Amino acid sequence: MIVNEQVAIDHGLKKDEYAKICELLKRTPNITELGIFSAMWNEHCSYKSSRLHLKKLPTKGKKVIQGPGENAGVIDIEDNDAIVFKIESHNHPSFIEPYQGAATGVGGIMRDVFTMGARPIANLNSIHFGSPQHKKTKNLLRGVVHGIGGYGNCMGVPTIAGQTSFDSSYNGNILVNAMTLGLVKKDKIFYSKAAGLNKPVIYVGSKTGRDGIHGASMASASFDEKIEEKKPTVQVGDPFTEKLLLEACLELMAGDSIIAIQDMGAAGLTSSSIEMASKGNLGIEINLNKVPCRETKMTPYEIMLSESQERMLIVLENGKENQAKKIFDKWNLDFAVIGKTTKSKKIELYFDEEKVADIPVNALVENSPMYDRKWKKTKLPKKNKIKKEDIKHLKIIDVLKKILANPNVCSKEWIWQQYDHTVMGDTIQKPGGDAGVVRVHGTDKAVAASVDSSAVYCWAHPLTGGKQVVCESFRNLISVGAKPIAITNCLNFGSPENEENMGEFVECVQGISEASEYLKFPVVSGNVSFYNQTKEEGIKPTPAIGGVGLIKDYKNMINMEFKEVDNLVLVIGKTEGHIDQSLFARTVLDEKNGPPPEVNLFNEKNNGETLLKLIDNNLIKSAHDVSLGGIITAVAKMCIKGKKGININKPKYLINEIEYFFAEDQSRYILEINKKDFKKVADILNKNAVHFDELGTISENELYINDKTKVTIDELSTSNKSWLTNYMSK
Amino acid sequence: MKSSVITFPGSNCDRDMDVALKKFGFKNKMVWHADAELPKSDLVVLPGGFSYGDYLRCGSMASKSKIMQSVINFANAGGMVMGICNGFQILVETGLVPGVLLRNKYLEFICKNVFVKINDKKNKYFKNVHNEILEFHIAHNEGNYFCTNDQLKEIEDNNQIAINYCDENGKIEDQFNPNGSIKNIAGIFNKEKNVLGMMPHPERMIDTSLSGEDGSLFFKNLINNLK
Repeated sequence: MIVNEQVAIDHGLKKDEYAKICELLKRTPNITELGIFSAMWNEHCSYKSSRLHLKKLPTKGKKVIQGPGENAGVIDIEDNDAIVFKIESHNHPSFIEPYQGAATGVGGIMRDVFTMGARPIANLNSIHFGSPQHKKTKNLLRGVVHGIGGYGNCMGVPTIAGQTSFDSSYNGNILVNAMTLGLVKKDKIFYSKAAGLNKPVIYVGSKTGRDGIHGASMASASFDEKIEEKKPTVQVGDPFTEKLLLEACLELMAGDSIIAIQDMGAAGLTSSSIEMASKGNLGIEINLNKVPCRETKMTPYEIMLSESQERMLIVLENGKENQAKKIFDKWNLDFAVIGKTTKSKKIELYFDEEKVADIPVNALVENSPMYDRKWKKTKLPKKNKIKKEDIKHLKIIDVLKKILANPNVCSKEWIWQQYDHTVMGDTIQKPGGDAGVVRVHGTDKAVAASVDSSAVYCWAHPLTGGKQVVCESFRNLISVGAKPIAITNCLNFGSPENEENMGEFVECVQGISEASEYLKFPVVSGNVSFYNQTKEEGIKPTPAIGGVGLIKDYKNMINMEFKEVDNLVLVIGKTEGHIDQSLFARTVLDEKNGPPPEVNLFNEKNNGETLLKLIDNNLIKSAHDVSLGGIITAVAKMCIKGKKGININKPKYLINEIEYFFAEDQSRYILEINKKDFKKVADILNKNAVHFDELGTISENELYINDKTKVTIDELSTSNKSWLTNYMSK
Repeated sequence: MKSSVITFPGSNCDRDMDVALKKFGFKNKMVWHADAELPKSDLVVLPGGFSYGDYLRCGSMASKSKIMQSVINFANAGGMVMGICNGFQILVETGLVPGVLLRNKYLEFICKNVFVKINDKKNKYFKNVHNEILEFHIAHNEGNYFCTNDQLKEIEDNNQIAINYCDENGKIEDQFNPNGSIKNIAGIFNKEKNVLGMMPHPERMIDTSLSGEDGSLFFKNLINNLK
């Protein structure tokens, strides 16, 4: 095939990008080379629109062992233990083929983690669907949940937490973000940097097929009416092979024969080989005839661009080939020496004894395009004034029941019961709480993880929204008694070529940076997913934040179940009555405008750290952060989980009842304490200048408000638990 | 007491079982599926997971593994063999216990705590367990036990049902059946009751911080019965 500008454009490259390729090579590329450039230079692999802005993210900290730039981030959890973690999107494939799209998303992120030598110990996910009324939503939800479960369950890694939301902006473009945590010894971490000349380059895992060719390019474009034609670009997952690959890799890693290792994810053999060469400042020579293929007559182009799953590339020490091969034979996996490292600083490919590609590595990596895209700032919207007559007739209990049954608040048990969340025998906080918690096997330590996003806040004001998501993650970890350490982010946005979408991206990243800097909660890994749109319709900006924290003694873990009758319930953090962009405003008042709640980073840090002090002093019986639906929703969930009631009295603030109970002001937590500890708790809160309200006392089985209205916890529980099950069984 | 846990390609509860057995005093060995000989054992466990990816039929390929001939001989000679979840699926494929395990009634994987009622205590697995009802944990996609009417009659005549799904008070009714199993069957024995296959995972219930502690009760009792 003759390569020209049109062929380049068909590969998703721009005219000037094609011109730059010809200039870098000082000739016209052949079709294999063009394929390689298109795979490396697409948005998904090159971060060409986002790189400039991602530099702003704080990535360093005392506990950070490895920040962005590797397969995953690594943090120190003491005693020579480290946690490797990352979140990644698989949005486009999941919309085209929900089961395989979601499954391979989970498979891909687990590979990123065990490539670094870590055994995966927990999975999380953040999934977002269109309006429940939209005709595709139900099938997409079912397919994605089955896919996530199908892969994670088979791998034997517990899925411990997640987030699911519904919003019409995802009607034409759902989001599927998967996160994995792995455990590794600090001195046994593996990296992707190749080193040394003439070292054997080894291919292990599944055979290469024609699936997923151009997957990364597909993920870098918007959808249109031809979407069904893209099905062949979705990879097909085989969790069984991945389980074998995991065990084989960890067995090989126990020795000292690996110099560098990299999984074949997006853009397969192309990006893995180039990444290793680039980091090691070396060249790589590959004989493509040696690559194990599943199908006959595969061309160099197809072999290089296939995104077949469950494959790894390894640079081995000389002379260790036989020893390594024995391990992969034992696990029935392919093992092939396909090339070697060279000093040429080029990627050189041979096929049928002919050189089929010859590209300088830096042309693909350092010289890849970077754009400073135009973007538009979002002004802070004006506050709405709630009219008394709009809320006068509202009954708190009715509104509460409505909110508890809202698709974005209701219990997601239907989803997480389909995920094995207890395998490995260390899950001490299951899905449905503020964060999932797993013990570090064989120790007193435990790791907490949560994944959060607030697309509505980000849409209303990206800067505030970006900050808020980081704070919410911080709060969720603290609510289970964990000290927050670091985050990973999955930045899901519309087209970077659209100034508004690009502005949302820039300002969300700005917000994330400010909050993570202030809270000393650095970003250690992540991924950007642009072009989440069908035709001109983009999604609401949805940065998802995965937070990880440490609990030094797992016996001190906190959950949100109310524990004991007669215990006192407090709210910490001040309630100003911010209703705009709250679930209450959107679902009850049908008001979609106004600013999101303000984020005060000082209060966030101070309130959170003070709560950790209370927990360290064994003063907290249960805790839960206040988020969607405000104080009353948070309290109701604690009642439902603990099967207890409560007598609530609204403190004598100036704001009215509705505002007090449903406002979504930030930096707040609900706490349960023993009455006899009240003085100690109040002292610590006062000493640290943390505002608190005494909300009420735990009782048997009713929620009783201001001594006048009441509802049984069973009734609230039914509202909360039935929506999703009913929806899915219809 | 010596135990052996078999690891098949795709097993993923083998480590959990190893941890549980050791916690309650067994000297446990992990045995590779391609080995021919079983080490000297008082108990052999086929653990949960997705042996051979559950391809073809759950448990069917594992049942033909090299080690399985030794396991079958061991069982036929009266040795104690316990299959949990995927291990239960392997046991039915070998024919050591009767019946088959179909896909769950609602076609969904299910992971949750359940209550089971002990049906028969005249065996080394449940003898001396004081409770009638245990809180166990299930995590499976194919746990819907099925057999022919003739088989069922035989199973019932021989008292081969080990445990049934029930509520916390021991009521065995349809609404407490998580997967559609005939007669709420959660586990069954062979005729001689030295082989037990069950869907629930006692190894996930061995610590108050986990889903519960009735697994501890089960293992403590098991090792005492074997002494």
